[in-house]
Amino acid sequence: MSGVRVLVGTRKGAFILSSGANRDRWEITGPHFAGWEIYHVKGSPADPNRIYASQTSGWFGQVMQRSDDGGKTWSAVGNAFAYDGVPGTHQWYDGTPRPWEFKRVWHLEPSLSDPDTVYAGIEDAALFKSTDGGQTWAELSGLRTHSTGSSWQPGAGGMCLHTILQDHHDPQRLFVAISAAGAFRSDDAGRTWKPINRGLKSEFIPDPDAEVGHCVHRIAMHPTRPNVLFMQKHWDVMRTDDAGENWHEVSGNLPTDFGFVIDVHAHEPETIYVVPIKSDSEHFPLDGRLAVYRSKTGGNEWEALTNGLPQKDCYVNVLRDAMAVDSLDSCGIYFGTTGGQVYASADGGDSWNAIVRDLPAVLSVEVQSLA
Amino acid sequence: MIRVVLPAHLRTLARIGGELELAVNGSATQRAVLDAIEARYPVLRGTMRDQATQRRRPFIRFFACERDLSHESPDAPLPESVALGKEPFLIVGAIAGG
Repeated sequence: MSGVRVLVGTRKGAFILSSGANRDRWEITGPHFAGWEIYHVKGSPADPNRIYASQTSGWFGQVMQRSDDGGKTWSAVGNAFAYDGVPGTHQWYDGTPRPWEFKRVWHLEPSLSDPDTVYAGIEDAALFKSTDGGQTWAELSGLRTHSTGSSWQPGAGGMCLHTILQDHHDPQRLFVAISAAGAFRSDDAGRTWKPINRGLKSEFIPDPDAEVGHCVHRIAMHPTRPNVLFMQKHWDVMRTDDAGENWHEVSGNLPTDFGFVIDVHAHEPETIYVVPIKSDSEHFPLDGRLAVYRSKTGGNEWEALTNGLPQKDCYVNVLRDAMAVDSLDSCGIYFGTTGGQVYASADGGDSWNAIVRDLPAVLSVEVQSLA
Repeated sequence: MIRVVLPAHLRTLARIGGELELAVNGSATQRAVLDAIEARYPVLRGTMRDQATQRRRPFIRFFACERDLSHESPDAPLPESVALGKEPFLIVGAIAGG
């Protein structure tokens, strides 16, 4: 029987929400790793029973977890993230140089083809890779040692590498995004990197169209069109059709183009979703009305999707890793809020229901489509 | 044997029911105790001290005999009553955050 498994990371543990293909009745398990911050939980595309989780705590640091049975049981794997060589410095908020220091794993991206290979995006920003199921981790240090690296500065949430995208056609090509350095691309499997921020304009930095320094919040890709990327920047929704060489704005008629999440419909590469947030200092929906906005034209023309979402007194946020899409015939869209709700739509966003309403603040949402 | 009490979250992580009893190599010091804990429970590596620098994590404290030993040298001898197993060595998550 087909179905979905939604993997939710929260401030106080992980939860797994499971349903059949109708996505109308849900079984919820958790909290897994109760009391710990779970920044991200993600399953392997090559083996859905293999799931990785980033478990972290201000007291006890970073723990990495792995499940080989779809999240029923977990085992801790390696948690040693040592920068390659002498790490040097990046810029601190006050402009002074500050040594790179590992803080936590923000994002896990399992390989498209090998369940034992997984990438980890960390704070302070760097990309790590494991090829032994998470037991050991090695830095792909060409990113951090890029000539611009010493000038990178943290965003308000820390200097995190939060987005990792793999090209489904070219295994040599990877994309990452860092707050607040910007987007980068590798064409040699992570050995060397180039900034891909041309076309981004950020009024909050001294040079609005600088090579690096942009606060990219999220990038999304449709598997069939790896050269087309959609970006939710701090402000502005952006698009590139040439793998990041040039970006242009597609905010169009959005009521506000600030936000964190962005994702692409599983079967319609020009259908994209964002959740507009009022501003960088008011991290909640406009007028207390929660809305997902959908564009069926790859941006610029947007429609509000509100059916089933709270339309008064709603002041939650939706964080950058907290939206996902399934690949069932009728594409399901999922997102989680800082108020602990996880909303699901089984019809591409036309209508929404809360799967669960009272979890701890949601940090991340991923979904697995199960055969 | 040295008796050690871990914070609840680390007992859960290492699947430990209650107090630990450990034999340490050489003299009883913080470093020897932590080495012994991590050798028996590799999952706890990095949760009490940094894996590379060996520095105590900021929100971890070491108490024993009603004293805060957190700022003692990791190689200083532990109190005799801890070394003899009469008093436990307490590893504590600081009261902070939430």
